[in-house]
Amino acid sequence: MMEAAATSGAYWLRLIIGLVIVLIFSQLNALFLVWLERKVAGHIQVRLGPMEVGPHGLLQTIVDGIKLVGKELITPARADRILFVIAPVLVFTPVLVAFLVLPFGPDLIIRDMNVGLLLIFAFSTFSVLAILVGGWASNNKYALLGAIRSVAQAVAYEIPLLLSVMSVVLMVNSFRFSELVMAQQRVWFVFLQPVAALIYFICATAETNRAPFDIPEAESELVAGFHTEYSGMRFGLFFLAEYTNMFIVCAVATSLFFGGWHGPFGFSFKIPGVVWFLAKTYVLLYVLMWFRWTFPRVRFDQLMNFSWKVLIPLSMLNLVITALVLKLI
Amino acid sequence: MNPYVPVLIMLFLAAATAAGMIAATTWIGPKKKFADKMEPFECGESPIVNPKQRFSVKFYLVALFFVIFDIETVFVYPWAVLFRELNWFGFVEMMIFIFILAVGLIYVWRRGALEWD
Repeated sequence: MMEAAATSGAYWLRLIIGLVIVLIFSQLNALFLVWLERKVAGHIQVRLGPMEVGPHGLLQTIVDGIKLVGKELITPARADRILFVIAPVLVFTPVLVAFLVLPFGPDLIIRDMNVGLLLIFAFSTFSVLAILVGGWASNNKYALLGAIRSVAQAVAYEIPLLLSVMSVVLMVNSFRFSELVMAQQRVWFVFLQPVAALIYFICATAETNRAPFDIPEAESELVAGFHTEYSGMRFGLFFLAEYTNMFIVCAVATSLFFGGWHGPFGFSFKIPGVVWFLAKTYVLLYVLMWFRWTFPRVRFDQLMNFSWKVLIPLSMLNLVITALVLKLI
Repeated sequence: MNPYVPVLIMLFLAAATAAGMIAATTWIGPKKKFADKMEPFECGESPIVNPKQRFSVKFYLVALFFVIFDIETVFVYPWAVLFRELNWFGFVEMMIFIFILAVGLIYVWRRGALEWD
């Protein structure tokens, strides 16, 4: 039956429509998140944030985007031209693949692959490579320093991230997102795996280069970090990719630890699954923004030590204890 | 049909979107070139040295550790999926594997390779 469906035109039509919808959704979402970030920043600092364009400044980021398109694309004379030009495309492209397997609702997954979780982690690692390419090709000391720091940080936080996710996979024995979410119908994994959830969220903050782990682009010491030399829409692509990445790590956290499309403890209150999913994801996104305006930036040695000396041993221990408990019960 | 074809289509669509945005700004944006503007950004000064010089060996160390510990996670992945089928045999094997890695981490730690100063 699958073969017959796979070759039909309706199959391709559905696939393409789904892909275009997530493409548009990801862009609107990034614009919304930039606006939200500025609003949250404003209100935490007892300001109003953007207010002029549209109701409560809602159209501000669209206007900003149009402005970015109208700016000059500067390629510095000493830059590695080819690498410099492809880096923004390279950072933006793999991020969107994650939307292919994200479980927005019981029947709102474009492709429910058996390697779903692995696919997301495999492609989200690409953005670090793109950052390194961009920072290296700029031939600017701030950009290069930012890129090197970014790689060291991403590399250090990748390991506890993968290990903490592993303890959830141990309980479900699958990478398929639908099975991971279905296993949480009664109890969310955040209650069974609180340590793993905490480690995952800390690492996700670091992987997306968010404050307090934003040393790759620490503006007070490195101007703008790896994208110092980028202007116009090339800078815009780095920005869009960063905010889309934030959405993805929060969506993965929602589906791994916070029950995905399920309501709390099996009560859905007749609210559709996709609303639950998006609501939980945006609450987590708000927490990420809240972090940024609450914690001061950490020093680089503190950052690396925290991962290697605290998070990695802790996540290994968590994995061992999970395996032991699963074997004994 | 190969199940990864949608991934390829998504990659193509995303790359096309990115290229489209850059093409739009290339077309609309101004193009005024002069020598000083094309210099790398350096707080108003012209850069004196090439930025691509040697950097701390610590970064290479971290990269090496990453390779070792990433191999660990690569082995843990299939084990986590087959956890029930492998039963006690797989459990004990993996515990030995993680134990060896933990010893490695403690060794690296005690040798001071994780210190940044």
